[in-house]
Amino acid sequence: MSPDLLKLIFGRLSIDSLPLHEPILVGTFVMVALGGAALLGGLTYFRLWGYLWREWFTSVDHKRIGIMYMILGIVMLLRGFADALMMRAQQALAFGGSEGFLPSHHYDQVFTAHGVIMIFFVAMPLVTGLMNFVVPLQIGARDVSFPFLNNFSFWMTVGGAVLVMASLFIGEFARTGWLAYPPLSNIGYSPDVGVDYYIWGLQVAGVGTTLSGINLICTIVKLRCPGMTMMKMPVFTWTALCTNILIVASFPVLTVVLALLTLDRYVGTNFFTNDFGGSPMMYVNLIWIWGHPEVYILVLPAFGIFSEVTSTFSGKRLFGYTSMVYATVVITILSYLVWLHHFFTMGSGASVNSFFGITTMIISIPTGAKMFNWLFTMYRGRIRFELPMLWTIAFMLTFVLGGMTGVLLAVPPADFVLHNSLFLIAHFHNVIIGGVVFGAFAGINYWFPKAFGFKLDPFWGKLSFWFWVTGFYLAFMPLYVLGLMGVTRRLRVFDDPSLQIWFVIAAIGAGLVFLGILSMLMQFAVSFLKREQLKDVTGDPWDARTLEWATSSPPPDYNFAFTPVVHDNDAWWDMKKRGYHRPLTGFKPIHMPSSTGTGVILAGLATAMGFGLIWYIWWLAAVSFIAMLAVGIGHTFNYHRDFDIPADDVIRAEDARTKLLAGAK
Amino acid sequence: MNTDTHAAHADDHHHDDGHAHGTFSTYMLGFALSVVLTAIPFWLVMSGALPSKQITALVIMAFAVVQIVVHMIYFLHMSPKSENGWSMMALIFTIVMVVIALSGSLWVMNHLNSNMMPMHEMTGMK
Amino acid sequence: MTVAVNPSQTGEPVFYLADEHPHPEGYSTSLGFWIYLMSDCLIFAMLFAAFGVLGANYAAGPAPKDLFELPLVAVNTSMLLLSSITYGFAMLTMQQNKTAQTQMWLAITGLFGLAFIGIELSEFTHMIYEGATPQRSAFLSAFFTLVGTHGLHVSCGLIWLVTLMVQVWKFGLIEANRRRLMCLSMFWHFLDVVWIGVFTFVYLLGVLR
Repeated sequence: MSPDLLKLIFGRLSIDSLPLHEPILVGTFVMVALGGAALLGGLTYFRLWGYLWREWFTSVDHKRIGIMYMILGIVMLLRGFADALMMRAQQALAFGGSEGFLPSHHYDQVFTAHGVIMIFFVAMPLVTGLMNFVVPLQIGARDVSFPFLNNFSFWMTVGGAVLVMASLFIGEFARTGWLAYPPLSNIGYSPDVGVDYYIWGLQVAGVGTTLSGINLICTIVKLRCPGMTMMKMPVFTWTALCTNILIVASFPVLTVVLALLTLDRYVGTNFFTNDFGGSPMMYVNLIWIWGHPEVYILVLPAFGIFSEVTSTFSGKRLFGYTSMVYATVVITILSYLVWLHHFFTMGSGASVNSFFGITTMIISIPTGAKMFNWLFTMYRGRIRFELPMLWTIAFMLTFVLGGMTGVLLAVPPADFVLHNSLFLIAHFHNVIIGGVVFGAFAGINYWFPKAFGFKLDPFWGKLSFWFWVTGFYLAFMPLYVLGLMGVTRRLRVFDDPSLQIWFVIAAIGAGLVFLGILSMLMQFAVSFLKREQLKDVTGDPWDARTLEWATSSPPPDYNFAFTPVVHDNDAWWDMKKRGYHRPLTGFKPIHMPSSTGTGVILAGLATAMGFGLIWYIWWLAAVSFIAMLAVGIGHTFNYHRDFDIPADDVIRAEDARTKLLAGAK
Repeated sequence: MNTDTHAAHADDHHHDDGHAHGTFSTYMLGFALSVVLTAIPFWLVMSGALPSKQITALVIMAFAVVQIVVHMIYFLHMSPKSENGWSMMALIFTIVMVVIALSGSLWVMNHLNSNMMPMHEMTGMK
Repeated sequence: MTVAVNPSQTGEPVFYLADEHPHPEGYSTSLGFWIYLMSDCLIFAMLFAAFGVLGANYAAGPAPKDLFELPLVAVNTSMLLLSSITYGFAMLTMQQNKTAQTQMWLAITGLFGLAFIGIELSEFTHMIYEGATPQRSAFLSAFFTLVGTHGLHVSCGLIWLVTLMVQVWKFGLIEANRRRLMCLSMFWHFLDVVWIGVFTFVYLLGVLR
């Protein structure tokens, strides 16, 4: 075939795009291919495809979508963490003339992929998944406001993840760092597909995130059960509301800034170039207007989880509910006023820097208030040291440390010394692992019995907890030291042999975290095998306080046979205390949304379009775009998107629960 | 943000799409106002009727703000009551965000340019 | 339902609704769509920010004074304004259940929208023909992107309008279609609001500069 025709069909894609010359990648590919083949074979052998498609992939049930988000997050955690291990190993080895085992071309992709995956495809899905699962239950709703949109959002996030993962074996990923600053990320310095994978992966996932944000705001605003005023909402729902407001108000900024970079790369405009009046620093400015709120998008729900956990496991009402809510709202707004602290060194001068330094320090005040609220909730409580509570305590200790180094970095002169050093790396891992990751794990251990009907095994859970916590400290405390000694981030090889010991300690820490992750996977497996022993028949295994524990574990499709009525902040606690009797008769048909495969198809087409654009396969991009338009419009011609669960089915489900509850007594 | 009154909300028996409807006269009034508010700035700029450019700029920006408010009221039917105040709340929040991001970016980039001298001015120095 | 919030007279608190009605279809739609518009508003805000920061960087290329023809912009603005009022008429006739008239006003709105897009495209081609391409300077990059994004939104609105006209034709002014027309109305008027920003900050202030 002629080269022109090949180019027309395959764009930039050729046999050379496959990284056959990199043994690490070929090895990984073989492993993934074997594992994937085993998985696919198993699914086919046990004839699970139909079940998965009908009950999960096309499901619009917020609980199933939430669980799928969590699975996505955990799978991507394995990929992101593999990158982390490689970096730690490389930095521990590359001393005294040794080049380590990663060539620079590969190492740069590894640190970029690590950041992108951990933020967008681990932390975001974990947080979104928990909100999706818990919020409708906590507010006594049957589903989210826009169930189809919810399914579509999830599959768009998966589409983004698929593009990022594809870059591992087809072509390469960006070598620019996780925010892809120009001019490095512009076409002149990054002419290959790496940055394009980055752009389209994030754009596809970003659409999903924004829509899911709109969806959850509407759900919380419109679908609360009667009696649940704003100030009677559980704190987790409050933090979810604020997080989704932040998502809707910040992800458009990311969309724009990536779109402008795309224009620079594809069309040759001059937004972020060095020529013709472009300004690369404008990119940095714009992307951090998204980037700083993003940090709070991740950590606010974690604060909500810790609030629920602390009050449940201390057996007390949350101390200072009102101040907690106001602190959350204040953080929401302040998070928009601090973005410049990410680039104090840019050179905007003293007035600008001091403004943003001061706002940054101010934002630590509401966060500190929250910390005291948790401590006072625990004070004189009868604390049960179950797994969620352990994670919460580890969070409190770790996050305070990370917060304080953050305030230190908020001082512009100090930042000039520490900017882009390993001190910064230690700081944000300190708050993101200590805050978001520990929060997600607390949430997983806390709500797992609600989702699956059995608790997680405490032995492996505690093992995982101790590996994680000690591993975290071993991995990141040395980075604080190294940062203070002036070591900058993203370095591949080192000259000064005296530094090596710190990197070795950090690598050992990463190894312990790896054991923690393995223990967690063991925990899931062991719990599944011991599910009869760990069974939760009451629906309220922790003697908890909020509405999600009022229904069975796992909840029926319709969540609540009758919409609850709320009188108190701790609605379920109030119901338990005041002699609530579960209704046993009078069930009616329940109106619910129907499943649809449109979301999967649309997201698949969007992913194909992204792939076409990345590789300049224009026909593919055009065809999938037109198909997307057609499928989307076609979907609007379907006016019948709901059905009624017959009363008989409700009676059957509720009777089964009555039997279970009787057996429990 | 936390009106307790909102709770008794969600009574959904009566049909309410949460959106006020206009009438013929409000639409026409909005249209007439918009025409005037559009025409004057165009005329001011094209004729140069005002003595200085700064004043013209300020005046036409004021006209733009007024016209946006007119559109919000007469075409988008914004009122503090629609959706129990949530529409207005969302709008105010968005305006705050827009103001922060816009003015912040201009301020930051302007200071950067005056401190650091941007690339395109540097090339002119050779 | 408000009754249920308070403990009932018998002393036993009410913990669930024995008799409930599901939320009507589209219960959250108008709020949800409004929030979507707010996020879209931020998209435009960022494009305005890019224009505000880069809009004076002509890179020795053409400046607004050399490029913009205000009479043409005024004609274009009036197209959009007229389409706004005709959409308003479509909504009024929709409320009176006059399907044919609604369709007519929608069609007229669409024609004004098309005229707007047509004029914008001819302006763009003229500029590009004169060498004022998006690649020429940061100012032109920001200009084409901001105005083009608005035009892209109007084009999406047109596709949506046609879809809705087909749906009204096939299924009549049923509840779902009324709700959709209401959403498109918000979208359409929102684009008009954005255009106020565009003609003021890009065109008028540009020529003044």
